[in-house]
Amino acid sequence: MSSHDAPPTHGLSTSPATSLAYHTGTWRTERPVYVELTPPCQLACPSGEDIRGWLGAAQEGAPGTEKAWRRIVNTNPFPAVMGRICYHPCQEGCNRGELDEEVGINAVERFLGDAALAAGWALPAPSAATGRRVLVVGSGPAGLSAAYHLRRMGHEVTVREAAAEPGGMMRYGIPAYRLPRDVLAAEIQRIVDIGVVIECSTRVTDLAQAQRDFDAVVLTVGAGIGHHVDIPAGAAAKIVDAIDVLRETAEGHPPMLGRKVAVYGGGNTAMDAARTAKRIGASDAVVVYRRTREQMPAHPTELEDAIGEGVRVQWLSTIAQVEGERLTIERMELDEDGRPHGTGEFEELDADAVVLAVGQDADLSLLEGATDISVNDGVVAVDEGTMMTGRPGVFAAGDVSPGSRTATYAIGRGHRAARAVDRFLAGLPMPAEPPAREATYARLNTWYYSDAPKQHRATLEAARRVTGFEEVMQGLDAEHAVFEARRCMSCGSCFECDNCFGMCPDDAIRKLGPGLKFEIDYDYCKGCGICANECPAGSIDMIPEIK
Amino acid sequence: MTTVHIPFMQTGTLAVGGRLLDLEERSVQSQADRPSSLTKGHRACQGCAEALAARWVMDTAVEESGGKLIVANATGCLEVFSTLYPESAWKPPWIHSLFANAAAVATGIASALRAQGRDDVRVLAQGGDGGTVDIGLAAVSGMFERNDDVLYVCYDNQGYMNTGVQRSSATPPTARTATTPAVGKAPGAPYGQGKSMPKIAMAHEIPYVATATVADLRDLESKVRTAMSMHGARYLHVLVPCPVGWGTSAAQSIALSRAAVESGIFPVLEARDGEIVATHPIRERVDVEEYLRPQARFAHLFKPGGEEGLERWRALAEANIRRFRLTEATP
Repeated sequence: MSSHDAPPTHGLSTSPATSLAYHTGTWRTERPVYVELTPPCQLACPSGEDIRGWLGAAQEGAPGTEKAWRRIVNTNPFPAVMGRICYHPCQEGCNRGELDEEVGINAVERFLGDAALAAGWALPAPSAATGRRVLVVGSGPAGLSAAYHLRRMGHEVTVREAAAEPGGMMRYGIPAYRLPRDVLAAEIQRIVDIGVVIECSTRVTDLAQAQRDFDAVVLTVGAGIGHHVDIPAGAAAKIVDAIDVLRETAEGHPPMLGRKVAVYGGGNTAMDAARTAKRIGASDAVVVYRRTREQMPAHPTELEDAIGEGVRVQWLSTIAQVEGERLTIERMELDEDGRPHGTGEFEELDADAVVLAVGQDADLSLLEGATDISVNDGVVAVDEGTMMTGRPGVFAAGDVSPGSRTATYAIGRGHRAARAVDRFLAGLPMPAEPPAREATYARLNTWYYSDAPKQHRATLEAARRVTGFEEVMQGLDAEHAVFEARRCMSCGSCFECDNCFGMCPDDAIRKLGPGLKFEIDYDYCKGCGICANECPAGSIDMIPEIK
Repeated sequence: MTTVHIPFMQTGTLAVGGRLLDLEERSVQSQADRPSSLTKGHRACQGCAEALAARWVMDTAVEESGGKLIVANATGCLEVFSTLYPESAWKPPWIHSLFANAAAVATGIASALRAQGRDDVRVLAQGGDGGTVDIGLAAVSGMFERNDDVLYVCYDNQGYMNTGVQRSSATPPTARTATTPAVGKAPGAPYGQGKSMPKIAMAHEIPYVATATVADLRDLESKVRTAMSMHGARYLHVLVPCPVGWGTSAAQSIALSRAAVESGIFPVLEARDGEIVATHPIRERVDVEEYLRPQARFAHLFKPGGEEGLERWRALAEANIRRFRLTEATP
């Protein structure tokens, strides 16, 4: 037997093996970890909606519609209302605005809200009854938001409203061409349907008695009194408050303002008053505002809509005097700090009526004699964390308390007040809130998002608008709403695009299945960072490996 | 171009997959149960695009052949890092013989299968640019010329990387390698040398030639599918950035491939019988700097005296864009 025929010896006899035996994870100096960051839309939303979450559900089309709506009403019980009237600060925060145009979040919210009303979906049922009773004073967005969330937590909730119908500013302040009343009524009814008791035409006048009857009281009486400024005026001058014009119009008996109407102020209420004046008979509506367009507090879309309907704006002007049907207007100029000052130059303007839209005050009559509840700058002071006033068990939210006077802010504060009341009733402090980490634009890899133009909502032609209170802004249809939802880049959260899984050179990521996302196999991950670099949503961090 | 049309789904065709896609629209690489032909535990460097491209190519080929695929591999990084004796990271039947002869081995396998009357088993040969453009060129050219029934895939990382980053005939001009240092009047690899292997393949007028990168998985998978649907000699040339040889961060391999395509430096195309039938249009044009600056091998282009080199790169990109009509959508 020659040496050629001898069986192989030593190393050469080793049988084939797999590379799985070798753990390349030991090479790693940095490891990828999946993170969930807070998107700027949510950070910008005063209601605190999980916008990315519900847009994600809406992206699935018809099967995801109800799921998406349920994620909205987890924070905000008024998607159809807010999908119309919200000034959508979320969209100003939207990262997609830096890529092409921000996602039309508000339009999708409206689509979902309307879909829910059409389908008759009910709000989530309350938790087990706690036996605790809470009174909410006022049925505006803050009050109804607080009532809804308190009811969900299992408390018995009564809302008392001084006016004949519930809704507060949503009913009596916002014109019907922006918010059809059937939509508002339907969304309020849904809150009643889960057991919130709303007692209208019932003004609360005795806080101490209310506290005896209830375990906690939430004040959400709003700011429904027109603020006054002193304008020298003759006896014949017709001067009315914008808030009264809007309320009376909403109640079905619009005031007689005449052919020429001057609106004094530069906020959203001024825009609503001017647009309403055109609808109730004025041929000429002029907004007199003392600063410039850049400084105007009215939302740009409100201003554009008003101008589109023929409302004129007289910039850098104050009303110095009203004499009969003649206004004296003083021209203003801005100083270096942007503050307006009179120039001593005057001009005249004809107006049958002057509508004052220079702010609104809270009705604090309920607090007369309540020395333990302090009022600062015309609003009820509350603890920023607990929303509680100086008196234990009495909370305040919405326009009557400090902060932005918008419906979305009121809904968010109402929600917060509900959480605070719940903790108060349980004798617990408010839980600490972990600091949010923002999903910034710089974290995204936008290469992967499809080029996609924003789907714009159609608006009613201006000529048709001013002849009535028909809704101006139209909704998106299902196809466009899904398209718009899919423009969301899911900033800071994995949306299962499979990039990490498909692009790992080391096959070291496991795909766990629909909705379950991915898992990194640290036995083999070498820490190259391709997954983090190619993650469209910026949802992977590379962190130093601790040896 | 044989790309997949997908309706608007947040990410379109540029991402690997997406939860909104129908199953039949999904890429092979997005499947939880993909073949993973090149499995974990291989010793490729961090961020190795060759390891990534090899799995993409082979997984698609395995699926297209119904799992009946034999692979011949040339010597090179891919062979070294995947098969440290006695371990193998390959799942399909895989053979390595010599540096120069992968194409010849594949030809032999194809001939043997034909002799056995088997037409169900497919043959794939693969190598790096060294084993394809330099050392194995004769065997590759012979395989093309005989129109043997083999899909040959070249993973081009533009140099001999595992032996210490020496220049190959696929190294681009001005690139610094161990054998073309960035010194003297014309630093880095010289101008006027090197070969374009896709053009050489096209000159053989074989049934199918294509180029691809790891910046576009869908494109790469569709080209492998197209190639596997055909018989005869087919050639796929994949640009694979090498973090070690190019002097880049490991995380950038895909981003660099993208920059190579979007700058016009690497034309992505498809040819049949020697004629270009489709080119991949540039989506968001970038300057060559986006591709060159992150690479340490081109660092001298961004120092005083590097201006001319940089301009020549720009001229090359312009020429590619003109020649291959990279700013026009394929009709």
